Parts: sequence; C-alpha cells; structure tokens
Amino acid sequence: MSRTPLPYNPKVLDLFRNPKNLGKMEDATVMAVAGNPACGDMVTFFLKISDQEIIEKATFESYGCAANIATSSIVTEMIKGLTLKSAWEDITWTKVTAEVGGLPTIKFHCGVLAVGALKRAIRLFYEKKGTAPTWLPKDHTFEEKQALEEEELARRLSKRLNTGEEK
Amino acid sequence: MVENVRELLKLHEGIKHEVYLDNENSSVVPIHVLNAMLPYYNKKAYGNPTLTHKPGWEAFTAIMESSQKISAFIGAQVLEEVTFVPGETEANNLALVGAALAARDKGKKIVISEIEPLSIMNVTTDLMKKYGYTTTKVPVNSEGILDLEKLKESIDKETVLVSVALVNNEIGVIQPIKEIVEIIKDKNPSTLFHTDASDAYGRVPFNVHNLRVDMATISSYKISGPRGVGALYTREGVNVEKILEGQIGTQKLWPGIENTPLIVGFTKASELMFDNFEANVNHMRTMRDKLVDGIFAKVGDVKFNGPKGDKRAPDNANISFLRCEGEALTIELSLSGVYVSSGSACSRRLLQPSHVLIAIGRRYSEAHGSILMKVTPYHTEEDITHVLTVLPTAVERIRKIVGSTGVD
Repeated sequence: MSRTPLPYNPKVLDLFRNPKNLGKMEDATVMAVAGNPACGDMVTFFLKISDQEIIEKATFESYGCAANIATSSIVTEMIKGLTLKSAWEDITWTKVTAEVGGLPTIKFHCGVLAVGALKRAIRLFYEKKGTAPTWLPKDHTFEEKQALEEEELARRLSKRLNTGEEK
Repeated sequence: MVENVRELLKLHEGIKHEVYLDNENSSVVPIHVLNAMLPYYNKKAYGNPTLTHKPGWEAFTAIMESSQKISAFIGAQVLEEVTFVPGETEANNLALVGAALAARDKGKKIVISEIEPLSIMNVTTDLMKKYGYTTTKVPVNSEGILDLEKLKESIDKETVLVSVALVNNEIGVIQPIKEIVEIIKDKNPSTLFHTDASDAYGRVPFNVHNLRVDMATISSYKISGPRGVGALYTREGVNVEKILEGQIGTQKLWPGIENTPLIVGFTKASELMFDNFEANVNHMRTMRDKLVDGIFAKVGDVKFNGPKGDKRAPDNANISFLRCEGEALTIELSLSGVYVSSGSACSRRLLQPSHVLIAIGRRYSEAHGSILMKVTPYHTEEDITHVLTVLPTAVERIRKIVGSTGVD
C-alpha cells in the first residue's frame, strides 16, 4: 500500500473550483441522495423532468471530495436535454470518469456514487409515477449496487461507533 | 500522473503569502539550521565517525557534542542513552520491537493507548502480531486523557511493554506520564515504558530521568529541524535488541554510517527551541490561540478537538468544520497559500477517519471535516492574520457545495 498526492487533473480542479449547476432546485420533479457522510462522500441530485420525460435541468449538492464534486458537476451537464431513457443507458461511471479526464484510482468510487445517485433519481421518478418503462431493469445497476454497499458499510461503521462508550 | 501534479502546481502561481501549518507532516527548515548543517557536507566532519582520519574524528566529535546537548534537553544521564535514528517511525519501531523481543521470555503482551500515532499502532497491531504478541488498547476520555483505571487493569505479569505518547500528535493532549509510570511499575516492575515524545519535545517540558521512562522517541522535523533524523532515548540498563543489522557504527542500537549533517541540524533546531524555551512556548501559544479564537469568531459550526488550556501542547490546533469535507477544504486552502492537513485519508471505498478523533467520541462526519494545524516559533502575526482572512471564505465556498447534503 502506498499513498500519492491525489494527482487530480486540471479539468477536475476546474470543476472543483467552478462547479456547474450547483445548489438545491426548489421545483425539482425528483431528487435522490447517494452515499453517507460517514464514508466521506454524499451527493444529492435534483432533476427537472418534462412531460416528454426529458431532463430539462439538473443540479447537485455534494458533501464530498474534489473528485465527487467534479463528477457530480459533469453529470448535471451531460444529462441536460437527454431523455430519461438515454440518461439511464448512456451515463456510466466509466464515461463520467473519462469526461472529467480521468481520476486517481482510489477516487473511482466518487464518480460511481455520482452516477448511482442519478440512476436512483430516475428510478424514483418512475416509482412516483407508478409505471416503469420496459427499458428500466428491475435489478440494480453496478453504480446503484456500489452506492448501496457504501451506505451499508457506513451504517455498520456508525453502528459500531454508537455502541461504543458515551463520551 | 506527475503531469497532473505539475498542472496543479501551476494553479498556485502568483500566491503572495504562503503559510505552512502542516507541521505534523513535515516542516520548513529555518535558515539558521540549514547554515549550521551545510559545512558538514563539504567543509568538515564529512567522514565516517568510526574511522581513523581527521574527517572521521571530526564527525565523531560532532555527533558526541550533539548527543550531549540532546541528552541535556531531555534529561538523559549518560551519553549512550541517546541513539540517533532516521526518524520517529524508526525510533518507535526500535523501541517497540527491540524491547519486546529482548523481553520475549517474560511475556508477549503489549499495552498502548487508543490514540497512539500510526508508527506505534501499526507496529503493535501488524508487526508484533506476527511475532505472536498481543496488544491491548486502553481507551481515553473525551479530552484524550488515558483511562488510568483501565490501564491498571490491562497490566499483568506477562506485560512486557507499555507505550503512551507524552503528547498526542493530533489533538495535543498531554498525558499524566508520571502517574502512568507509577501505575505500571506498581503493577509490574519489569514492564518497560516507552513514550513517543515527538510532539512534546521543545514544546512541553519533560525530563526522562525524573519521569522514570525507560524509552522515549523524539523527532527532528517536529521542531522545524531537517527530516530524516530523530532519536530514541533508552535508559541505561534497559535491554533493547537491534532491529537492523549492518556495518557497525558508533551507536550500539543502530547500524550504518551516522548522518552527521542531519544530526547537527537536529541539534541546532533543538537549541533554537530550548535556548528560548519560555519565549518560544509563549509565542506558539499566542499564535495558536489567535488562530483558534479567530476561527471561532469568524466561522460558525466548528468544534474544537481535544483539551484546552494546560492539558494541551502550545502548538496544536485541531478543529472540525461541520458540513465541510476535509480534503476539499485542504485543496481550497492550498490554492490560497494556506497549507494544512485533514484528519481523514481516502482509502479505496471509504474515507478513513482519524482513529484519534473517533477514540475521543467524534462522529465520522466531524472527523472528516477536521483540520490539523501546528504553529511554530517561526510563524508571525501576519501569517495568522492571512489564514484568518482566507479560511472563512474557503469554508464558506465548500459549504455552499455541500448545501444541506450530508447534514445529520
């Protein structure tokens, strides 16, 4: 095991310094959260979805590192104007990672989490609607599974902490 | 990868005022120290101190003089009690492994605190485990002070070694070492006691002889000396085995050729700390308090980690910025010329929170937003003012990205 100084590339740094589509959206059609403060990364996506199921606008908030901020920011840009179907099918963590110009390996999970939150938001939209399109798989995608795993790890950590002595 | 780092560095061009507060992890070496070291590379004492020629004898003299001075600073009684090693990690490894192995017939139990630095923690839990030793970690209270009752309970006739840092490196808490030693020796007179005094040396007065500690670690860079050198004090008569083999040098416990310029630099940095001890401590305390008070006045939702007042080392400030992710904040501050470190380190899936902050009962999110800062006698009022100008803006920007996400 070794540590590197997290060699973020200029694009990640730029997105970290000037994130796009930042902040809560008051009139969002749907919002979804992924991650947990205990794992150090947590992201919320707010989507405004038209009747034609096109993402008109997307914003985000991130309690996370520069990698999580940059990938979340780029996701909001990548999905704008997409139908929910193509957002679901086209946006993967590998694409997002490539779009920010690559990430240090130990930061891959931050990009995975951003996509996990997006997929959760899309699923939630159809859950609220009460119908699911045929293209939406019943099984969780890789990103959703990863988000769930991270949250489970965090829950276990917090539980272990809470059972400890009161201080 | 290094290309990316070069690009990152370019973003720092044009920074006018730089303040380095990450003295936990490395330090700026003052010019007086560098000037003291320089001749030892090319003018004098550049020889091997065990050999029979002028540059060797000069080196021998320089090392002995350094040894004498450092012995006086820590209260060692005999010159041979001080062994120069490459740093805190090596000193802690030598103390724990060397002393435990030397006492292997007496037992295989080690006791440490829950908040020991990683060079104690990892040596006992990984390395010594391989040799069949078990380690008990004694808890601390919310200020980080060792639970003395639990310490007492944890020691039995098979306990060969206890290690508790005099001052904790993250939260600056000063342990009641005198009482700790009494408890240990009462329970088992043959149990050895080691203390990592790296964060006390030059800042919190102590005397190894009076405290009756058997071994103590000190480190050069923690007092703005050069990196790559530290020392282990081993009381005369305490049995410690060598942990490395090689060419025999002037020191019994550490083989290889002594690094005279670094030892001289360490000694010079020590003199600069000890010659004006009171003034330096007062200065550090003033700078630290100005920093902490300023942050509390200007930034909301902050928590101070560790004790205040006399129970804390004068140089240490550790603050959790709630609703603020630590790594993001360190990058933001760096872009404004303020260099600090965060209490958490990203592993593959999870951010590993500082074990020290978790041990004093901080939540994970509080640990992730923690920033460790250490002042030195070389920081100025202007430095602190600069930090207090930059920091509130940086925290505000990161909090804006966070919004209400992750607020628990």
